[in-house]
Amino acid sequence: MARIAILNYIKRPSPVHELTGTTKLIFFIVWSVASMVTFDTRILLCMLAIGAVIFRISRIRIRDISVVLGLAAVFLLLNNIFIYLFTPEYGVELYESRTVLLAGVGRYTVTAQQLFYHLNVTLKVICVVPVALLFIACTDPSEFAASLARIGVSYRAGYAVSLALRYIPDVQREYTNISQAQQARGIELSGKDKFFTRLKNSVAILLPLVMSSLNRIETVSNAMELRGFGKEKKRTWYTQRSLKRNDWLTIGFAAVILVIDLIVTFWDGSRYYNPFL
Amino acid sequence: MAEPIISFKDYGFQYLAQASPTLYHINLDIYPGEKVLIAGASGSGKSTVGSCINGLIPYAYPGESTGSLLVGGKDPARESIFNLSQIVGTVLQDTDGQFIGLTVGEDIAFALENDCVPQDEMKETVQEVAKLVDIDHHLEYAPHELSGGQKQRVSLAGVMVEKVQALLFDEPLANLDPAAGRATIELIDRIQERTGAAVIIIEHRLEDVLWRRVDRIVLMDEGRIVADMQAKAFLSGRMLLEHGIREPLYLTALRYAGVPVTEAMEPQHVGSLRLSEAQKENVRGWYRASGGYTEEKKEKPVLLDVENLTFGYTPERTNLRDVSFSVREGDMVSIVGKNGAGKSTLAKLICGFEKPTAGRICLSGRDISGDTIKERAQRIGYVMQNPNQMISRPLIWEEVELALLSGNMSAEERKERVEETLKICGLYPFRKWPVSALSFGQKKRVTIAGILVQRPQMIILDEPTAGQDYHHYTEIMEFLKSLNAQGYTIVMITHDMHLMLEYTPRAIVFSEGELLADTTAAHVLNDPELVERANLKETSLYTLSMACGVDNPQEFTKRFIACEEAYRKREEG
Repeated sequence: MARIAILNYIKRPSPVHELTGTTKLIFFIVWSVASMVTFDTRILLCMLAIGAVIFRISRIRIRDISVVLGLAAVFLLLNNIFIYLFTPEYGVELYESRTVLLAGVGRYTVTAQQLFYHLNVTLKVICVVPVALLFIACTDPSEFAASLARIGVSYRAGYAVSLALRYIPDVQREYTNISQAQQARGIELSGKDKFFTRLKNSVAILLPLVMSSLNRIETVSNAMELRGFGKEKKRTWYTQRSLKRNDWLTIGFAAVILVIDLIVTFWDGSRYYNPFL
Repeated sequence: MAEPIISFKDYGFQYLAQASPTLYHINLDIYPGEKVLIAGASGSGKSTVGSCINGLIPYAYPGESTGSLLVGGKDPARESIFNLSQIVGTVLQDTDGQFIGLTVGEDIAFALENDCVPQDEMKETVQEVAKLVDIDHHLEYAPHELSGGQKQRVSLAGVMVEKVQALLFDEPLANLDPAAGRATIELIDRIQERTGAAVIIIEHRLEDVLWRRVDRIVLMDEGRIVADMQAKAFLSGRMLLEHGIREPLYLTALRYAGVPVTEAMEPQHVGSLRLSEAQKENVRGWYRASGGYTEEKKEKPVLLDVENLTFGYTPERTNLRDVSFSVREGDMVSIVGKNGAGKSTLAKLICGFEKPTAGRICLSGRDISGDTIKERAQRIGYVMQNPNQMISRPLIWEEVELALLSGNMSAEERKERVEETLKICGLYPFRKWPVSALSFGQKKRVTIAGILVQRPQMIILDEPTAGQDYHHYTEIMEFLKSLNAQGYTIVMITHDMHLMLEYTPRAIVFSEGELLADTTAAHVLNDPELVERANLKETSLYTLSMACGVDNPQEFTKRFIACEEAYRKREEG
């Protein structure tokens, strides 16, 4: 089946791949917190550089994740546009100064402070997104549930993730089969028909798909119960790996980043690094 | 004698949502190390018995029970399903759906994980059990990289990690090609020898299960046990046909030949069958007398012509290589071969769901490569395996009319066309009914009606009888045969060797994306080399005719089919 790989596990030999899922998950969470907390441009630039290095080490190529990166870029752009539309003077408020670069219409002028604020927002996103994508692209799906359980998420919730990963491809295949068979009965789903007709036609695929998915759910839940899922409060994991030296180093590194981040950010009592005063 | 591991005493059960009980007065003891086959038509209650044994009743399907049931000396209603799962291991029918893990190793380990078994121990057990079912070289594989038979072995391993005392198989043959099914029966036999567990097989395909020794056969009908006896005693009676189960072919053949089946003949397996010289002569006598089988009728013009078709989902791997064949108007053809041999891919190419990388497809001499799915659908109908995959409207009338709505037909014309189609399909009396009120076989008819309403010249059906008992199987196939008699060309993709033999004079055999043979069905099954390469299975008729010294097993099979058809007609008329 020709499936478009949008975002999935990409198996390649690299030190990032070798880290356990737990390590990567912790790193990802700490990294996200660190970049969310700070508006310190210097820190963000440092993190950006570190992120780029990690990306290199992981051997994941931009091309592999280009679709998602593109999507992220679009959202980032929209986000910036809306911030400006709703709060064009927010930067002035934050940085307590006003340097007009371009006089505009009404409240929409362009100030250096506002641009600087936008720069920071953008940097934060650029810091987080690649690391998030790396986490997904470099973590064997088998390890997801186990890693979530290790950091304290209930294993039932963790296993739901695992099951989704297991059955989504099956449902996709089912969808293709059903939609092809329905197209053969003259049900058009392409743009040729009117919107309303298309909407009505999509029901022709959804009903059989829902029916077959419900069947599948019954089988899966029976199969799981027959093999003792949910018996104990805890469970062990076949795929879980114990943390090695590199894992501890990575977690330590993440902690160091967070500490430096917090110290530098709050040193002067404000989250915002202000070059204007 | 030892204590039974499973013991039903005057047990009855009624599902919560149903008006009348599904099981009545079940008395059944199953002892350690026994191998029991529970047979019965759809709706006979055999699967419900299975659910009682493994604890899904009452855990997942609540209801009311009477009498008593003990599993491993415990009452399932009071035990948790988890405790029961350590006594009885269940392998479900759906090889795909019950594969829970993302890889083979994880799936086998699933029960151990839930038991909080430490990882080292778990890996050891998984390795050990995987070796037992011969899947230990595939521990890293994802489910979609495995064949149906392999997935089933993983499921078996997954329940065996618990050191269960009984193994329950719910229709283990339903989703497998013939050779894989046979391998499963052999594997079950081996596993039982090594572990000594009791084995319970729920299946209506009697002949296939009897490929290996079975201690007892329990026959169910309408919620009651109607027979519980040794296999040889059971088969020498005539219980099967009365209760909607297909008799093994070799026994039917003996009946035609006027040879009474007795226990002393060891009738439980075609290989063990003992026939006297006189009985063999009877069979040969029948063979000689039932000649006069008429040869092929006049050749009709070619309808579908497939030339040098090649296709691959990815550039690296071709799923079909250089396939050429043609189908004539009014043909009824089977396409057979193991799972993944390219049969479904071929159907998709013909219907236009996928585009071939090379070769062409002609319909009545015209190249249809440029036609859209919709255009092709006017002439070639495609029916999916499971009717629930196709039905998308609540009412029968709407469902059948669906395909006409996108054309420019007037309401009058549509009404006429739908009525006519419903009559052809014997659904006219139900035209105002909701689809949900129909049986599986009737739903299948509705989906076929939904295709026929477009007046195609040819219909392609994917596994039209999968999972159906003998009664429904006959119903569906006789219906298709009547359509064929009305001039529709019918192509079926199937695993069912009986179907191929009985209903389609011609079979096209695929293996690994190549067309291996295009010949008569009887010839296919009497050619051991072809059978081997395409993962098929020779019929017991072949074995029987060889044992009786019939010079031409192929002709023997043909005459048997002709004779069977004559009997069926007589019963109907």
